[in-house]
Amino acid sequence: MKHSFHYAFPKTIPIFAGYIFLGCSYGILATSQGFAPILPILMSVVVYSGAMQFMAINLMLAPFDPIATILITLMINARHLFYGIVMLKPYSTLGAKRFFVIWGLTDETFTINATMTIPDEINREWTYFHITALNYAYWVLGTIIGATIGNQIPFNTDGIEFVLNALFLVLLIEQILSSKQYSALLIGLSSSIISLFIFGSQNFMIPAMLAMLIIFGLQYLFQQSKGEK
Amino acid sequence: MTLQEQIITIIIITLGTMTTRFLTFMIFPPTRKTPIIIDFLSKLLPTAVVAMIVVYAYKEILTFTAPPQTIFPTVIATIATIIIHLWKRQLLLSISVGTLLYMFLYQIA
Repeated sequence: MKHSFHYAFPKTIPIFAGYIFLGCSYGILATSQGFAPILPILMSVVVYSGAMQFMAINLMLAPFDPIATILITLMINARHLFYGIVMLKPYSTLGAKRFFVIWGLTDETFTINATMTIPDEINREWTYFHITALNYAYWVLGTIIGATIGNQIPFNTDGIEFVLNALFLVLLIEQILSSKQYSALLIGLSSSIISLFIFGSQNFMIPAMLAMLIIFGLQYLFQQSKGEK
Repeated sequence: MTLQEQIITIIIITLGTMTTRFLTFMIFPPTRKTPIIIDFLSKLLPTAVVAMIVVYAYKEILTFTAPPQTIFPTVIATIATIIIHLWKRQLLLSISVGTLLYMFLYQIA
């Protein structure tokens, strides 16, 4: 277990920077809108979904609308269904830890856990668990700092949000170099970019994922029919 | 919103988010054999989905809606991150240099 923690921790350092900053920004934004510090902290503890929590500030400033809240939550978070397909097998042997790692499957945790190749001598289950738990701790800690002493941070952190772009970029490069799935890369990129231009930056992920499902589905059927001959 | 309405909203958001995270795992529990197409997808999706997440991270630049002062730092820091990573293959090095370069260019702009 100790061994897997030593393996897991360095992988979460970029997320430490990103989540402390984003969590902090979230805490500052929420309290600047008049919410008590406990509200953003509670949200980070129970919801743990960055994009959704920023959206929730707007929802909670507007008149109460449970139906719109449900629909917006499902739409913003629909990408998690996809993460589930990838993590089904890796997470299938986790036992009691399974509930927590599924609950904490954010974009950043997914990107790390889905792209890393864990060496045989390291315990896989605990590695997934440590990465998920560390990221969760960073997010809650960032929110607490932002919601309580956020306005007194002494140094200039402008631009640190780029750390998550850099993380995603580097993990994509690693994924391409290790998997050599250039066609999957092309399909992922083109589906997303075309969908981005058609549906706009708020709504492009669901159509992009459907496009990928259809293209990969056809590829699967094509391989099957070739295999039968 | 009253306190009660706020609490209900938080509960809805919590349950909605959990639904999207758990649904796939509930449809295919570990006790059941997953269909072959899901195995097939799970091999190709990491590459395609991480590509989608990168597009998401760069959505403002790609749709030309990014604040003007972020465009130059983003382009330069992105190129630097890619080059350093292909050269050294050190995750933390590429990310740190890219981010510090971005912060520097953004703050002097």
